[in-house]
Amino acid sequence: MSETVLNPASEPVVIPISELLPWIAFAVVLLVAIYFVGVEEGATSIFPGMYVHEFVHDGRHLLGFPCH
Amino acid sequence: MVRTLLTWGMLVGLLAGLLGFGFAKVSGESQIDRAITFEGQMDRAKGESPGPELVSREVQSGLGLLTGVVVYGTALGGLFSLAFAFAYGRMANASARVTAALLAGSGFLSLVLVPELKYPANPPSIGRPETIGYRTELFFLMILISVFALIFAILIARSFAPRFTTWNAGLLAAAAFVCIIVVAQLVLPEVNEVPDQFPATVLWRFRVVSLGIQVILWSTLGFVFGAVAERVLSEREP
Repeated sequence: MSETVLNPASEPVVIPISELLPWIAFAVVLLVAIYFVGVEEGATSIFPGMYVHEFVHDGRHLLGFPCH
Repeated sequence: MVRTLLTWGMLVGLLAGLLGFGFAKVSGESQIDRAITFEGQMDRAKGESPGPELVSREVQSGLGLLTGVVVYGTALGGLFSLAFAFAYGRMANASARVTAALLAGSGFLSLVLVPELKYPANPPSIGRPETIGYRTELFFLMILISVFALIFAILIARSFAPRFTTWNAGLLAAAAFVCIIVVAQLVLPEVNEVPDQFPATVLWRFRVVSLGIQVILWSTLGFVFGAVAERVLSEREP
């Protein structure tokens, strides 16, 4: 370990999976955010109407999601 | 550790989103305006009046665009930092900076460039509402195939590196990736809903801008987050 401290660039120390697993729920939240920008009120819909779709309309087109 | 990386990932993603918005606003909106003008002409030619505006064009091209790109960038930054936390020391025996750059390159290639080659971004007035479900399924299927092909290629590179040298194993992996993608793109159905009179230059420029926004997002994530992560990781307790 002392070598890692002296020269951290030489040998990467992996982050254990057990530290990563609790963040999966947060990753899902982030994916839902992307869903709202990219897909909501397009192919599938959680809220009725077209407000979300119309509000993020330009971003959705420019970010490359299928639209209309 | 993961919490710190995630926080920084989202902050860098926010920055990436702001840069992406700036570029989208300056270069993308003019193409969207031209496409919407075309859409209006088509509607008038068919004798239809354009539908009621739920959100004004001003909001769509300002606050709406800002929100869309910044939320997307921030969420992408968070996911990128989590993927980085997993990839660091596992994907390659490389420093944080190099790992982040490799990961961003891989992400851009598999999540954006390859899927966009088959199902490219389209400006308004292209794409029929009744096929949106079908087009969305194909788009995400292409992304899924491309991500799995990339993971497969990385595994090939890693397992053949001891025998063939890193360079040759990398070439073999790249060839495998290209083969899978070529087959997948030939097999998956074609989608072409571009109206006959749609101006080709507007379509081309729109797609270039769309890719440009993604290049800005992913390169900011790769280079800026890499520099931050290198610092964060060097300060962690052994």
